[in-house]
Amino acid sequence: MEPILKGRNLVKRYGKVTALDHCDFDLYPGEILAVIGDNGAGKSSLIKAVSGAIVPDEGEVYLEGKQVRFTSPIQAREAGIETVYQTLAMSPALSIADNMFMGRELRKPGFMGKWLRQLDRPRMEQLARDKLTELGLMTIQNINQAVETLSGGQRQGVAVARAAAFGSKVIILDEPTAALGVKESRKVLELIQDVKSRGIPIILISHNMPHVFEVADRIHVHRLGKRLCVVNPKDYTMSDAVAFMTGAKEPPVETVPA
Amino acid sequence: MPEAENFESVSKRGSQEVARFEQPNRGAIGTLQHWLHINPALVPLIVLVLSILVFGALLGSKFFSPFALTLILQQTAIVGIVGAAQSLVILTAGIDLSVGAIMVLSSVVMGQFTFRYGLPVELSILCGLAIGTAVGFVNGWLVAIMRLPPFIVTLGMWQIALASNFLYSANETIRSQEIADQAPLLQLFGATFKVGGAVFTVGVVFMVLLVILLAYILKHTAWGRHVYAVGDDPDAAELSGVNVKGTLISVYMISGLICAFAGWALIGRIGSVSPTSGQLANIESITAVVIGGISLFGGRGSILGMLFGSLIVGVFTLGLRLLGADAQWTYLLIGALIIAAVAVDQWIRKVSV
Repeated sequence: MEPILKGRNLVKRYGKVTALDHCDFDLYPGEILAVIGDNGAGKSSLIKAVSGAIVPDEGEVYLEGKQVRFTSPIQAREAGIETVYQTLAMSPALSIADNMFMGRELRKPGFMGKWLRQLDRPRMEQLARDKLTELGLMTIQNINQAVETLSGGQRQGVAVARAAAFGSKVIILDEPTAALGVKESRKVLELIQDVKSRGIPIILISHNMPHVFEVADRIHVHRLGKRLCVVNPKDYTMSDAVAFMTGAKEPPVETVPA
Repeated sequence: MPEAENFESVSKRGSQEVARFEQPNRGAIGTLQHWLHINPALVPLIVLVLSILVFGALLGSKFFSPFALTLILQQTAIVGIVGAAQSLVILTAGIDLSVGAIMVLSSVVMGQFTFRYGLPVELSILCGLAIGTAVGFVNGWLVAIMRLPPFIVTLGMWQIALASNFLYSANETIRSQEIADQAPLLQLFGATFKVGGAVFTVGVVFMVLLVILLAYILKHTAWGRHVYAVGDDPDAAELSGVNVKGTLISVYMISGLICAFAGWALIGRIGSVSPTSGQLANIESITAVVIGGISLFGGRGSILGMLFGSLIVGVFTLGLRLLGADAQWTYLLIGALIIAAVAVDQWIRKVSV
């Protein structure tokens, strides 16, 4: 089977620091791929390289078999890759609805929208509310409140809802449950399953081993800037995974087709 | 899965309603603070109304007449137009020190193209507007693409535009009489019309319409929201899909275009084309923006506030002059207002929502 998103020989250096060291990466259609690794292993650089947030110094990225070269996240989004970054990428002073539709605002139909470029606020607010309800974020009372007035978990929820609402080919989640409460992180995991059942593959970066082992179909272990191995969560325990990523144990040789 | 491990599943039985709470009674000051937080232009509006009332009480009908009040509008027109350009740039967390220089350069181009080269006046005006936009584009390109700090870029551009203006015009003034005879269109913004005792100029009408138009654009179009997002956090805006560079360049270009219109309005205001006029426009526009409650750190504030801010300065200037006070009192009070405006801004920010 052809991977939907594929990285080959990716290299990214920041001055003397090497973040990606000839790294390969594969995401197959319809799967949930977890990426785990120690702090500073280069997980975030990897997803940034495939989502257009950084341009790799060397190597190629392929989407559905065709080579792509994203120079900005906008291009990746247009190609259907939606990302929730660790920093969440939201404008604190703007409202939840404004943030959810940032860069793809809905305009009113007819003269007001076409000629006066007026935004369709009621529709954007209704859709934003629906998406948050889907995610169970019932503690957000006012869809027009500024994002800076939300708690860290609520902000993360809004960012996840945004990605789930718009991703069409690949959804990348960088630590989506790190700041969430029990109920919300459960909802995010359900949402991940739900997105998968719609046939959209997901890349999940997480330090939370129970969550990773619960939802992932394959686990990409990242170590020192490259892919150390890919394992099937059914064949290994959480302590095995931790041992691989910290270098305490030698990786298995080709357990799952990479 | 055993119940103990599946502890999260009980959350499904929880409420599925959007949370609601009783609104607490905030008290008079709390309510005021809340309202000011929602409507950032309210503070300068209150100050404006209060200052009109105070000067009206002190001076009576000398100040509180349609003539005097519209005189303030006329004297504010240039600062208001330039302030609109400055507001856009400051909303993106930048600053434009070259607004005054772009304004004068554009007015000189409009005048000299007409009188030195004999171009039709409409064409000269278009050239002036194009020059302003082009200078704005260079500013925007240096800020967005070369990633230079806006303060430095526009500090340099201020000197460059001003020097070009003197070199090109050879420091010559085109006299008002000549313009009125040969190219009256250049003085269009100075044309007056009366409504009762009130005297309006085309420049005043242009300023008000411009501010209303920009207020609509900033609030109700995607581009306007992007301006705020870029000023708030450019990295976040970029990652969430805003064309940050394009937005920045367009903001500086529109700022340059508005400054060129201010240059046209300047000819109408002073009658002549003078390369030495409008030297204080950059400081005055920044003052109007700050008193108007727009944050210098970007992303917060309303352009209507800038209009009120520039009118406050106009009210103080005229009111104190009519009172016979030394002009320095005006500057002293404006200085105090600037500091007070920032202090009030900080106080309002303490309230969430």
